[in-house]
Amino acid sequence: MLNSGLIALIPLLPIISFILISLVGRKYFPKLCSAVATLAIFGSFILSLTVAYQYFFQVGKVNGIYQKLIPLKYVWLQFSPNVSIDMGILLDAISVMMIVVVTFISLMVHIYSMGYMKGEERYATYYSFLSLFTFSMLGLVLACNIFQIYIFWELVGVSSFLLIGYYFNKPSAVAAAKKAFIVTRFADLGFLIGILVLAYYSGTLDFQSMIGRLTSHSDQLSSITAASFMGISALTWGLLLVFIGGAGKSAMFPLHIWLPDAMEGPTPVSALIHAATMVVAGVYLVARLFPIFSISCPEALNVVAYVGIFSSFFAAIIACTQTDIKRVLAYSTMSQIGYMMFALGVSRYGGENGLGYMASMFHLFTHAMFKALLFLGAGSVIHYVHSNEMKDMGGLRKHMPITHITFLVACLAIAGIPPFAGFFSKEEILQAAFHANKMIFVIAIITAAITAFYMFRLYFSIFWNKTYVAHGHGHDDHHGEGTFTMKLPLVILGIMSIVAGFVPFSKLVTSDGLPLVTEFHISFSIAPVLLATGGILLALAFYKKENSKPQSMANGLGALYRSAYKKFYIDEIYLFITKKLVFNLIGRPAAWFDRNVIDGTINLVGNGTAGISNAIKTLQSGKMQQYASYFFTGVIAFVILFIYLWT
Amino acid sequence: MNEIGLTHLLFVSIALFFIGVYGFLTRRNMITMLMSIELILNSVNINFIAFNKYLYANKLDGLFFTIFVITIAAAEAAVAIAIIINLYRNTRSIDVEDADTMKF
Amino acid sequence: MSASTIIFYILSALILGGGILAVTVRKIFRAAIFLLFSLIGIAGLYFYLNYEFIGAVQIVVYVGGIVVLIIFSVFLTHASGDDMNKPKLTRSIFSLLAAVFAFALTMSYVLKEQFVPTTQKAIEPNVTNIGTQMLSTSAHGYVLPFEVVSMLLLAAMIGCIVIAIKVKLPAHEVPSDIEDNRLMAASKDTLGSALTEQV
Repeated sequence: MLNSGLIALIPLLPIISFILISLVGRKYFPKLCSAVATLAIFGSFILSLTVAYQYFFQVGKVNGIYQKLIPLKYVWLQFSPNVSIDMGILLDAISVMMIVVVTFISLMVHIYSMGYMKGEERYATYYSFLSLFTFSMLGLVLACNIFQIYIFWELVGVSSFLLIGYYFNKPSAVAAAKKAFIVTRFADLGFLIGILVLAYYSGTLDFQSMIGRLTSHSDQLSSITAASFMGISALTWGLLLVFIGGAGKSAMFPLHIWLPDAMEGPTPVSALIHAATMVVAGVYLVARLFPIFSISCPEALNVVAYVGIFSSFFAAIIACTQTDIKRVLAYSTMSQIGYMMFALGVSRYGGENGLGYMASMFHLFTHAMFKALLFLGAGSVIHYVHSNEMKDMGGLRKHMPITHITFLVACLAIAGIPPFAGFFSKEEILQAAFHANKMIFVIAIITAAITAFYMFRLYFSIFWNKTYVAHGHGHDDHHGEGTFTMKLPLVILGIMSIVAGFVPFSKLVTSDGLPLVTEFHISFSIAPVLLATGGILLALAFYKKENSKPQSMANGLGALYRSAYKKFYIDEIYLFITKKLVFNLIGRPAAWFDRNVIDGTINLVGNGTAGISNAIKTLQSGKMQQYASYFFTGVIAFVILFIYLWT
Repeated sequence: MNEIGLTHLLFVSIALFFIGVYGFLTRRNMITMLMSIELILNSVNINFIAFNKYLYANKLDGLFFTIFVITIAAAEAAVAIAIIINLYRNTRSIDVEDADTMKF
Repeated sequence: MSASTIIFYILSALILGGGILAVTVRKIFRAAIFLLFSLIGIAGLYFYLNYEFIGAVQIVVYVGGIVVLIIFSVFLTHASGDDMNKPKLTRSIFSLLAAVFAFALTMSYVLKEQFVPTTQKAIEPNVTNIGTQMLSTSAHGYVLPFEVVSMLLLAAMIGCIVIAIKVKLPAHEVPSDIEDNRLMAASKDTLGSALTEQV
């Protein structure tokens, strides 16, 4: 095994690059910063691959079970002999997989941004933020302590804020950054309370000991299940609150409102953060605590499942109506994360029951590949067309061949067409759902069909539909499709989208560490593939050539279409609640109290002092004879005091 | 001489002292305040001489104190007059009520 | 009631009467003259007590020096002719009461006290003894205070000259009207009070 110093370098290389770029590079070497950051990420990627290879194929397995290894652990804050916040690195199957995914996607985004963000004024700042984000994400997945994951959770939120608000001169970007941060911060309140509940009852903050105590028949487990609040046991409360934190970060309903607006950031940022890495942090958190969820509290897991499937279906409906291509991809992300969530939700622990867990992690892996590819492709298109709207695009397949082919690969992958990567992971998810909960399975399979439809609606609207007419300035002397650094990641991710499905995931990442044998039920796979193909054909009919069918369909659906286009008015409801209810009922009285009572008291003290001083300032009148009188009177008083009254 | 005891002299001294104090606290003119201070200093001189003659006739310490007090009083009166004249040149008034700029 | 007693009472009356009048009359010149009478009375008292040297010093320094100085200053400050301002009534009542009260307090102690004269042989306060003791360096010698006082007198002399000297201003800065000085002083005053008012 690599020594712990080199493993520690995996998150440390990005933070060193962040410090170097932000302190020194921004001012003195602005053009070199991209090279520094990319080299750092490349180093982390190579180290992650080495760790992965060694973990999965050399040292990770003991007695056929993949162990949790802790190469590094430092006690940071000791609260009591048993409870401390440690900073350390926990290596198990999912964290090793995640570091490979995070560093790989980050590397692709770094390379892509060299071409996409060229000529930006704050080029170096962008790379420093990317490095900071990568560091935070790596710290999050390598955390061995629930508080450590919370610290890096917040760091990831901050990095996301910085990157969404990168174009800070645009008010919409600033508002989107604020919205993302506030919504996730609000969810993190639930996360923190959940941490405290779990830590209080289990007596520890460390993942391994907490999971050990709360899954075996121990005193801590009996006390936490015995204590109840409003009829629900403390364990369920703790897990649900932690899930609320995860739902906020992963954009589950109803905390999803920040994700579409977060598309205001630069497109490579959307590819990195809001497709492949940050939004899966919630799924990762549930997966990390999965033993507690599945063994001791299946009710919480049911909540996870229902939230996941509802978000998935909800997002799919909305994605069918959006015209901004990044918004479509955002809702698609929300839908796919919903898949991962409900896959975890229907899973149980161990062996065949743990199929959902394995499927969820597998889908995380493949989704990262093709979703990043979709976003980077969209970035190339936006770079070429200078607009986000579908109506400004069309017929671009002749102008951007590489982008076209890779985008098509990604759309086929997300639709679940064999032999692309998405087919395999979706199959496993649908299988797990089928065995656990038929209703969820039905909704999931319908959502798969809708996914195929809207993704190919997107594809056809961009690359077919009309012939491309350049708007505004001439594009013939244009930069063309994009620089080499923009095309290379597309190709690499395209290849990964094809081969990632063939990774023997079930032998490597499972809920209990034992390799799982999955069988292929061809008969089972026919139905989803057929539905997906149906969706593709419907999109083809509607969108390949420009016609009036989509518009008549929209008119026919009337109110449903309109409310889906308006994202089901969720944003308006939130605005109403915050502006009318929270501001007026809580904000204004609090402000009144602060201004009048608190400031009033301080002002009273101040004015009182000033008044007293005004009253007695005449003692120092400047008149010498008054001073002499006071002096004389004082002497007589002292004489009387000391002669008569002193005992 | 026999009938005039120490107490009589002390009476004169104390009375003169408090006359001086009254004058110092009451008079508005700076030069008359100075005169009151001279009265106070002289009362102290009488006190020293009285004690020296009646209680400590073997020593001359009271006398010497009196000499030094007279000397210093003279120096102090001179300096005070100089200050008063300077103040008069600046503010054209020797009323002590007008010299009240060092206040709140 | 021997003659010395009567002389003593006359001297005391002169002293106290002169003092009271010095602090109460309205015209400044008359106050200076009453001070003069009071100081002469004190000198007489010293002669009465057989301390001739001190009496002589008193007349020379006080009467001949300080009162003359005071009269000069009265001339220099152009206040000789007018009546002086009366003090506020509350101020005079308060001072009178305080002075009377303190006088009564002190006198009560003095009257209670038993004064015990020394039994040792009296020393004659003539100039020889005074001179010898003043310049001696033995236990009761006063040569150090003597030297210090001489330095003090030098410092006082220099200080008075420096404080009271009239500085000749360059031609264009001669204040045309002394009113400017008072206005300047007055405006400085209002500025100072305005600043403190703001605080």
